[in-house]
Amino acid sequence: MNENWLEIGHLEDIPRQGARVVKTTAGEIAVFRTVDDEVFALRDKCPHKGGPLSQGIVHGKKVACPLHDWKINLDTGLAVAPDVGCAARYPVRVVDGQVSLSLTPEHTG
Amino acid sequence: MASMNTPRAARMKLVLVGNGMAGMRTLEELLKAAPDLYDITVFGDEPHPNYNRIMLSPVLAGEQTVEQIILNPRDWYAEMGITLHTGKKIVKIDRKRRTVEADDGTVAAYDRMLLATGSKPFVLPVPGADLPGVVGFRDIADVDAMVDASTNYKYAVVIGGGLLGLEAANGLKLRGMDVSVVHIGDWLLDRQLDEPAARLLQKSLEEKGLKFLLKKQTEELSPSPVGGRGVGVRAVAEGTPAPDLPPSPPAPLPPAGEGSKPRVQSIRFKDGSEIPADLVVMAVGIRPNTALAESAGLYCNRGLVVNDTMQTYDPRIYAVGECVSHRGIAYGLVAPLFEQAKVCANHLAEHGVAQYGGSMTSTKLKVTGIDLFSAGNFMGGKGLEEIVFQDVGRGSYKKLILKDNQLAGAVLYGDTLDGTWYFELMRDHTDVSDFRDKLLFGRNHLGDSGHGDEKGRIMAMPDSTEICGCNGVCKGDIVKAIHENKLFTLDEVRAHTKASGSCGSCTGLVETILAATVGGDYSVAPSKKPLCGCTEYSHDEIRSAIVDNKLKSLPETLRFMDWKTPDGCAKCRPALNYYLLCAWPTEYQDDAQSRYINERAHGNIQKDGSFSVVPRMWGGLTNPKELRAIADVAEKFNVPEMKVTGGQRIDLFGVKKEDLPAMWQDLSDAGFVSGHAYGKAMRTVKTCVGSKWCRFGTQDSTGLGVKLEQLTWGSWMPHKYKLAVSGCPRNCAEATIKDFGVVCVDSGYELHIGGNGGIKVRVTDLLSKVESEEQVLEFAGAFAQLYREEAHYLERTAPWVERVGLAHIKAKLVESEANRKLLAERFLISQQPAQVDPWKVRAEGGQKHEFTHLTVIPA
Ligand code: SRM
Ligand SMILES: Cc1cc2nc3c(=O)[nH]c(=O)nc-3n(C[C@H](O)[C@H](O)[C@H](O)COP(=O)(O)OP(=O)(O)OC[C@H]3O[C@@H](n4cnc5c(N)ncnc54)[C@H](O)[C@@H]3O)c2cc1C
Ligand code: SF4
Ligand code: FES
Repeated sequence: MNENWLEIGHLEDIPRQGARVVKTTAGEIAVFRTVDDEVFALRDKCPHKGGPLSQGIVHGKKVACPLHDWKINLDTGLAVAPDVGCAARYPVRVVDGQVSLSLTPEHTG
Repeated sequence: MASMNTPRAARMKLVLVGNGMAGMRTLEELLKAAPDLYDITVFGDEPHPNYNRIMLSPVLAGEQTVEQIILNPRDWYAEMGITLHTGKKIVKIDRKRRTVEADDGTVAAYDRMLLATGSKPFVLPVPGADLPGVVGFRDIADVDAMVDASTNYKYAVVIGGGLLGLEAANGLKLRGMDVSVVHIGDWLLDRQLDEPAARLLQKSLEEKGLKFLLKKQTEELSPSPVGGRGVGVRAVAEGTPAPDLPPSPPAPLPPAGEGSKPRVQSIRFKDGSEIPADLVVMAVGIRPNTALAESAGLYCNRGLVVNDTMQTYDPRIYAVGECVSHRGIAYGLVAPLFEQAKVCANHLAEHGVAQYGGSMTSTKLKVTGIDLFSAGNFMGGKGLEEIVFQDVGRGSYKKLILKDNQLAGAVLYGDTLDGTWYFELMRDHTDVSDFRDKLLFGRNHLGDSGHGDEKGRIMAMPDSTEICGCNGVCKGDIVKAIHENKLFTLDEVRAHTKASGSCGSCTGLVETILAATVGGDYSVAPSKKPLCGCTEYSHDEIRSAIVDNKLKSLPETLRFMDWKTPDGCAKCRPALNYYLLCAWPTEYQDDAQSRYINERAHGNIQKDGSFSVVPRMWGGLTNPKELRAIADVAEKFNVPEMKVTGGQRIDLFGVKKEDLPAMWQDLSDAGFVSGHAYGKAMRTVKTCVGSKWCRFGTQDSTGLGVKLEQLTWGSWMPHKYKLAVSGCPRNCAEATIKDFGVVCVDSGYELHIGGNGGIKVRVTDLLSKVESEEQVLEFAGAFAQLYREEAHYLERTAPWVERVGLAHIKAKLVESEANRKLLAERFLISQQPAQVDPWKVRAEGGQKHEFTHLTVIPA
């Protein structure tokens, strides 16, 4: 993989069981931190009606969209059944507490 | 899909004996909880995969087909990796070697076993009971035999006027047979109904063409002479012909191949009378099917005895369903069996927390066009009181039984829409003394907004009728989802369709559709409702555990209460956060990440992700300086829209999240605090003009409103909480649809509680009348605190008051002054940390990460 890693901040900048938003020219990206410090990045738009996922409640590896409560899997971007839809995933990594993001979305397969 | 985390070889072996409703439900629950713990083998002696036995009645009536009632098709077993043996009866359990053996010699080993062998129809020990043409009503084979008889013969006799018997009789009638129901009791359904209701039922069934022979005891079933029924009924009826003996039937041809066996031809009663019978259905009761368990030496006593974890006396063997005796009770309805299934699955999955405490059951009759409901003790008796409504002309009858001011039983005939409600009142032990006079008329659904449909007509409506106005779900969508996904409960329907998942006002409609589609008693509330899927515990159990065990943080609570998920879900975390906050107001460290975004960002999130800002206006009062400040803020931050709210304040819409702190700073400088228009919190105090200006005003309603708002602002509540003060009974502030409303009168203040103007309009109940403002404030604090301490999260005061009963609230607030004072004091203590303006805190830099981007690219 030849991701172009961009440093976006420190793990501690993101609240545990929460998210922060990275603003890019191509739209907003939500960077989530789970209860056990895993980090995921999704396009900050719910596949339902575009709700800002970054504002939802993070539980397990899921986020509940704040608008109509769809649950989105953080690791795949897929909505939890019976809802159907997908939010684009972005590669993200944490090295020594430093969080980096790539702006090339991954493909869910 | 079965996941492959545990290698197959390492898995334990689970054998299920009995491929029926309870056993399979347990497996489904188990696969959800622990998909790869076991290698599962299922034995069923019927040749079919698991089907919905309840729906045999509609199948017999020709309203459904066998295909439609299959719950788990064979593909499902394959997909789940389950080995399925149909048409094989287990005849031996070897508990030492831990194997089971089927009648065809198949042997399977187990580490754990689940017995769910159901029950057997009880067969009357009378001569002729073993003749061809005598059947029970239990399985598909029985239905096949009945359908077959209906095409070849004329006379059907059903022995037993219980639920099963009547459903069989109805089905056979619809299939064109001449049907008589024989019943030993004085009236039909004597275990479900009292006499007046049973008479109404009998009348409607007679109108459908059924005949009834009550108080009759069967003595003998007589066969036709070998070679068929050539001689007809006269030959047997020679002895003592009953006066109302029907004319002898045309002798139908016996079906090919059966010609040589004698078949049942008539039935004789103890009183000597006799009627023709080409088909006899025995529906006199069921017996737990424990033969296999007994042969294996498992302790049985009118059922296979299990403990509260559904374990038999052999710790490797669990049991669920009709074969089981739990605390001396064997249940014969699906709802309790499914509760058992849930508990059993929890233990098979080795979660080890769930307990089954028994169930309360209710019954309905599945005969199209007849509405009947009964639950609890409906016969009355010593120490019990009855409320009865009877309208024979309309075919409507209702009887409610009360004991110690609680509902102990109900019988409804004709109009059964409120059955679920009565059942809930029984389950919740609601003190009904204050609405006894209204109890019979049911929970009034007419106040629901968003749909004006009468529930009863819902099934006649076209599929395109919109049921859920919030999510745009139509009746057809719901019915389809129930069929396709084999849904049984309201929660499942919600998960699959979203119907009734938002504002909830269509819950009753969805339940009606569910009950009609799936049959049986599914609209009935479970005996205990867990807070959410992460736990087996109910709201009340969790609340008291937090207090009793001094649980003071979320992680501690999840650990202590054996939460099934590592960090809860979007449903339980906000609830727990509130419960902890309420229990430990001065110690608990609020968990922002367990709050819904509105409460985290202190504004209402809008559909475009922006927020709204509603500054507090004490009692709805304002002045030019405040209005100017709001106008300045609106201009400075380019607020696209402003509006006067229904709560007498000004709303600024479309504010960008990152602008919120700066905007709040300006508002704070002008003296405003947050209006909490976004929170499960105290919202507004609506006031009218009052004695200061109004020619009718009796007291200073505006002034009192301001004081009430100063007392209560900032308080977190189980749900939103609104107050109002009206200056006279003209009630311009609409105080009688508020959570706490004050209506001023010349001699003092009327205090009203539990009103709601939202989805379901509910008018308040009068709590008390007091003479001074000080007393109003004390009651206001005490009532708020009682609600905070006792209601379930997301339960507004209106449903809370209905659940616990006004009498309970009066006992705590009016009858005990000491208790009221204690509550009011606890409210004041919790208000000290709560009355810190959250906007000011954030304007000064608090929770900064909430309002800023992590980074901006390109920076
Ligand atoms: C702004 C306002 C409408 C208006 O412009 O007048 C309003 C707006 C909303 N109401 Fe309301 N309600 C507003 C007064 C009311 C009233 C009237 C009143 O308070 O006197 C009622 C009926 C009275 C009552 O509550 O008993 C009302 C009954 C509801 C309900 C139904 C509650 C219920 O128990 O049935 C909801 C849904 C809920 O809370 O779950 C709701 C929910 C909402 C939400 C928060 C929906 C949401 O979750 O996003 C709306 C937020 C809009 C926004 O983006 O800001 N709103 N809402 C009113 C704010 C009053 C204020 O100053 O704070
Ligand atoms: C016509 C009818 C209408 C009903 N209507 C309602 C209703 O409206 N509401 C309601 O709540 N309930 C209703 N019931 C009751 C409901 O169907 C039962 O409570 C439920 O099916 C019991 O589930 P179970 O798993 O315990 O037993 P079953 O569903 O009977 O399953 C037991 C299975 O085990 C098999 N079996 C037994 N012994 C062996 C063995 N040794 N080896 C292999 N297999 C074996 C049996 O053949 C059977 O398939 C109705 C029942 C009938 C018959
Ligand atoms: S403001 Fe209230 S009534 Fe209006 S759309 Fe929103 S929730 Fe519905
Ligand atoms: S926009 Fe996310 S659930 Fe509707």
